[in-house]
Amino acid sequence: MARRNAPTQIGVIVIRGGTLVDESGERRGDVLVRDGRIVAVEDAIEVPKGATVLDAGGCVVAPGLVDLHAHLREPGGEIAETVESGSRAAALGGYTAVVAMPNTEPAIDSAAAARDVLALGETALAEIAVAGAITVGRRGERLVPMAELAALGVRLFTDDGRGVQHAGLMRRALEYASGLGVVLAQHCEDEQLAAGGHMHEGAWSSRLGIAGMPALAEEAMLARDLALVRLTGAPMHFLHLSTAGAIEMIKSAKADGLDVTAEVTPHHLALCDAAVASFDPVYKVKPPLRTARDVAALRAGVVEGVVDAIATDHAPHAPERKDDPFDEAPAGMLGLETALAVAYGALCAGAGEPAAGDDHGWVPRGGGAPLSMRDLFALFSWRPARIAGLDRDARGSRGSLSAQGGPIRPGAGGNLAVFDPSLQWVVDPSRLASRSRNTPYGGLRLTGKIRHTVFAGAVVVRDGAALR
Amino acid sequence: MSAPGTPTTTRVPPGWAEGEPDATSASEATGDLFAGHRAPVVRHLLSIADLGGDGIAEVMRLSDAFAEVAERPIPKVPALRGRTVATVFMEPSTRTRLSFETAAKRLSADVMTFTASTSAAVKGESLRDTVETIDAMGIDAMVIRHHASGAPLRVTDWVGASVINAGDGTHEHPTQALLDCYTIREALTQRRDGEVPADFKGLRIAIVGDIKHSRVARSNVLAFTALGAEVVLVAPPTLMPASLEGWPVTATGDLDATLAELDVVYLLRIQSERLGEVLLPSLDEYHWRYGLTRARADALRKEALVMHPGPMIRGVEISPEVADLPASLVTRQVRNGVVVRMAVLFHLLGSGVI
Repeated sequence: MARRNAPTQIGVIVIRGGTLVDESGERRGDVLVRDGRIVAVEDAIEVPKGATVLDAGGCVVAPGLVDLHAHLREPGGEIAETVESGSRAAALGGYTAVVAMPNTEPAIDSAAAARDVLALGETALAEIAVAGAITVGRRGERLVPMAELAALGVRLFTDDGRGVQHAGLMRRALEYASGLGVVLAQHCEDEQLAAGGHMHEGAWSSRLGIAGMPALAEEAMLARDLALVRLTGAPMHFLHLSTAGAIEMIKSAKADGLDVTAEVTPHHLALCDAAVASFDPVYKVKPPLRTARDVAALRAGVVEGVVDAIATDHAPHAPERKDDPFDEAPAGMLGLETALAVAYGALCAGAGEPAAGDDHGWVPRGGGAPLSMRDLFALFSWRPARIAGLDRDARGSRGSLSAQGGPIRPGAGGNLAVFDPSLQWVVDPSRLASRSRNTPYGGLRLTGKIRHTVFAGAVVVRDGAALR
Repeated sequence: MSAPGTPTTTRVPPGWAEGEPDATSASEATGDLFAGHRAPVVRHLLSIADLGGDGIAEVMRLSDAFAEVAERPIPKVPALRGRTVATVFMEPSTRTRLSFETAAKRLSADVMTFTASTSAAVKGESLRDTVETIDAMGIDAMVIRHHASGAPLRVTDWVGASVINAGDGTHEHPTQALLDCYTIREALTQRRDGEVPADFKGLRIAIVGDIKHSRVARSNVLAFTALGAEVVLVAPPTLMPASLEGWPVTATGDLDATLAELDVVYLLRIQSERLGEVLLPSLDEYHWRYGLTRARADALRKEALVMHPGPMIRGVEISPEVADLPASLVTRQVRNGVVVRMAVLFHLLGSGVI
């Protein structure tokens, strides 16, 4: 099944003194969790004997975060990450559910491969859902057994890491997927237009002499797929959109009533291509860091509600690979442990932005409209939970897994994140839980940190430390 | 601060921002051989931007001194005796490597050679491991040529030696630009009966060819404009960089319209792999549109100079007969490579004592 329960020590937990934030809004309150579920939400809860008390004074208590897009690298890339290490990073970042991307080695393109990863997820520190590939081996030639994978609970299908290049095949994939209750997700990159590029094509690539990938490479495939959605009526999700033009296209597609959703990453909301002037491959990512104007457009798209979710595209790479020259290093950066703080700094009023002059390509927020705390968590929790189909209690043989994404009320699942929005911390790559070190925020002072995480009714992170 | 709702970053690499080049030190370029040599402000030479107008002028002044040394019966000075210079060439370039090694030997430095074909690189060793190993042998300077843009900058994080960029990908080739500046300066000096020009103000220089993929063009744009020249880039749109934002140049696709106003025509090499990338229809078509033919050479002003960083492909960038005209400085460029590289090594490593 796509959703498994982690065997955890389920006890009685009281989260005390926080501000509760879920889809219904913000309010003060204590939360009592017992036997994996929220059993009481009240102004002040008397602590039962033997209960674990989590102090949430000055903090936000929200439904656990849901990541639509993480590369956990297992099987095949265990030198960079495993399901276990990735789930620990996720828990430290406040996530209680993660969708594992299928570009593993071998790819998740069969029921057997999906079952293997789901089995690894059974002992993880967060719920591990898997996405399936669209084509066998992600080679863009033949479709995977979608119905069989869907029966295992796989909801998202993507060849992520690559886009499906063949328009005719993409059309057949969308047609075949209709009626299976699944969503195809695209990594929009026309490989002919992007050919040979390693960073955003523009002023910086031209000065630095690094081959560029034009915004058009993303927008051309997005335009093609929106036309296919119009033709087939099948729903689609668009991964890690990064350009001002892409946001405009999603906005107009939604206005036309197309059944599409879109995610952006924290790094595309925070950093611009100026960072590449260091030639440090830690800033190499796909899609590439774009211009400050694109960053501003993404932020506006988030505030206006065009964007449905913030997803990490957590992409661990072993340190020696990021010591290669820029052209030769693999693309991707870590995200799970920093995502919420980075997005909070990039989007929310009152959040401390990293100091100007830090050489990370951070785009100052300027005077853009700020995002409310509720809307921030909407993008990190209940909206992605719906896209991934994790917003319902798992049934039947799937065990006791409860819905992700809230709400915070009696009967709901015991998946909660406690976020301290005023805590400042400096990102130290050597202290991350990930097996890899490729964070672009090393040395940067961020504001806001996950203090506690409760997954399936058990404390997995307490006072910023993973309990296992 | 940026205006509300329009966050921008205004970070521009040094050298690309608008600014008046400062060439005052060029006018002081007289006196004792090495008197007044200032301690370098940088340990590495990765980009022309590391030097700026002042630094370029200082290298020119030092090059004059080493050009004098080159005329001696024994063209060798003990300036870097006891120092070790390693050349690390991860991309083949015998000319540039020999030029650096000759320069180092004429300064009495010890020279170590590391080339990709004979090295651990072919056995799969990473660049980091390779340069850390060489650095551990105790060297003072590492001259690095690499096929990836930015590789020498990365190397500065890993080694204690001074790093000199001998050409990185399509990024920069600063010593080529310095020798080109020196060659222009030398030609102008001869034309003015020995009066050394303080700068390049009033000069109009066209750089013609594959600007997009040229590390020589990037370094020369910085160097020529830092010395006050006006630079026009000439190329078909497919061989222009995607953006010229921040470049202190003008650009055109029409070579013929610019010829009559030029003081220098700088031709770049066209690589045949550009045909496979569909950036050009054919080399013949390129020659027809941008090659320096006899007819185009005749349209130049009489005193205009013709330059090429080599290796030159006659019949593509330049017609065979034009390459051998007196206006062509190509062989002088090669000869000046050694003295300018002596100046660079001395600038970065020297104590001022010869």
